[in-house]
Amino acid sequence: MIDVSELSKFFGERRAVGPMSLHIESGEIVGLLGLNGAGKTTTLRMLSSDLLPTSGTIRIDGVDLVEDPDRVRPKIGYLPDRPPLYDEMRVEEYLGFTARLRGMPSDGKTARRVREVMDQTAVGEVRRQFVGTLSHGYRQRLGIAQAIVHRPSLLLLDEPISGLDPVQIVEMRELIRSLHGDHTIVLSSHILPEVSETCDRILVMVAGQVRDAGWDQIRGTLALTLRGDPAVAERAAAATAGVTRVEAIGNLAAARAPHGSAQDDTGVFTLRVASDRDVREALCAALVHADVGVLELSRAERQLEDLFLSLAGLGKGAPAGVKEVAA
Amino acid sequence: MSGVLLVARRELWGYLRSPVGYLLAALTLLVDGLLFVAYAVGEAGAKRYSAFVLQQFFYGLSGVTMFCCTLLAMRLIAHEEEHATLVLLKTSPLKDRQIVLGKYLSVMVAVLAITLLTLYMPALIFVRGRVSVGHIAIGYLGIALLASAVTAIGIFASSLARTQLVAVILAAVMVAAMLLLWWVARVSDPPVKDFVNGLALHHKRQFDFMDGVLRLENVAYYLSVTVFFLLAAQKTLEARRWR
Repeated sequence: MIDVSELSKFFGERRAVGPMSLHIESGEIVGLLGLNGAGKTTTLRMLSSDLLPTSGTIRIDGVDLVEDPDRVRPKIGYLPDRPPLYDEMRVEEYLGFTARLRGMPSDGKTARRVREVMDQTAVGEVRRQFVGTLSHGYRQRLGIAQAIVHRPSLLLLDEPISGLDPVQIVEMRELIRSLHGDHTIVLSSHILPEVSETCDRILVMVAGQVRDAGWDQIRGTLALTLRGDPAVAERAAAATAGVTRVEAIGNLAAARAPHGSAQDDTGVFTLRVASDRDVREALCAALVHADVGVLELSRAERQLEDLFLSLAGLGKGAPAGVKEVAA
Repeated sequence: MSGVLLVARRELWGYLRSPVGYLLAALTLLVDGLLFVAYAVGEAGAKRYSAFVLQQFFYGLSGVTMFCCTLLAMRLIAHEEEHATLVLLKTSPLKDRQIVLGKYLSVMVAVLAITLLTLYMPALIFVRGRVSVGHIAIGYLGIALLASAVTAIGIFASSLARTQLVAVILAAVMVAAMLLLWWVARVSDPPVKDFVNGLALHHKRQFDFMDGVLRLENVAYYLSVTVFFLLAAQKTLEARRWR
């Protein structure tokens, strides 16, 4: 779907992005995670053809974006960090305009598609309203609606939940997930839970470069803070039905025990448990039965945060195995 | 072509839906009317040739039209930049040329519509005096060509600027510089004098139209200025993709 090779962007002498190489499969939801100024927006602007790269190539469905933008642009839907909305237009009229702008004919099919997208993004109830009168949440939804109205195969969303309240964030996350399958989605954010909850794959951007953090190994796992005998706890966890992997969380404790768990002076240690189903209840029962104290059980979000901060140079140092990669 | 019309139509709707469009039209017509009464017709009872009155009318109209074009053109690209909507056009399958032409077309349609509303003034001269339809038609053609050139300059300025304020100042400076070339010509010697005079936006070129004289070189001049600045605006938009 997307093949990026040795992509770089310089603004004057300053390198904003690159060199970056990555591959994104069709149908994936990929999150670009990074702090402000990491190069996420610049990367998305280049992928959308709004900005030309200084060097490197971007191929979408095998077509070079720089060499042949006319063939590629109809395949792209782009929501910039500020939705590109004309305040003096009505919602339905605006979507009709953006559809025609992307080459859709002015006929009944386009009108039907506009209504379909309004239903999909839940902006139908404000269809007659002027865009300038919409709330922030509706503006974001309308921004997504304009990006998908022409059925693009690639959807680029720059900070889609920025400025939304908690309810709107959940709705937006569901909306983005609902687009899964019809579109390959690349979204950027500096908010870890947003990316973690929404995306199939996470690419961390640091100083304009993509780094592999081993996120996929961490996501979908449970983090357990326990007290007792680490070896017993590991055996009990491994024996629980559905558990596929038990391992230590290396970056949370100073010392690494030989049996693979990390234990501090108070006898508290942590384990990371991967499973192919919801094993929380069974796991707790097994550990308690084995006389291991369960102090805390959580999804491994905190470890993601630690890793993210380490990558951004704000944490306890990059964990082993972190390296720049062609994703 | 449909892309050009799409952009132009959206711009025109923008004028019609904002009070700014109506205010500008009202102001333009008011000033045109005042200039016609006070400047072209002159004092009550004063006797003037109809052709002279018509010439003075076009003189006033040309100034107001330049002002109107500069104001309308300033918003075209700078306004989109300020409101972050330019990206919608830049990432669409439209070519930069179509974006520029669509915006140019929208201003021309708006300005010509406003200008046509002044037709009652030459008609008044028709009632009380004797002027040829040809003189009126050529005068309006001159106004249309002047509007075309100033609009193109305005779009170029708008493509350079990040804000509408900067755009209008830039456009005003460029138009003023091209207007004042006739004065530079006055203090120059041939052959520089002829060359500079030929480049001036208004004086030599527009006076022929006001007198009802159609010269192809004048038409070619205004069309050349239009094409040059539209091309410059297109290239500026293309260059902006690098930064």
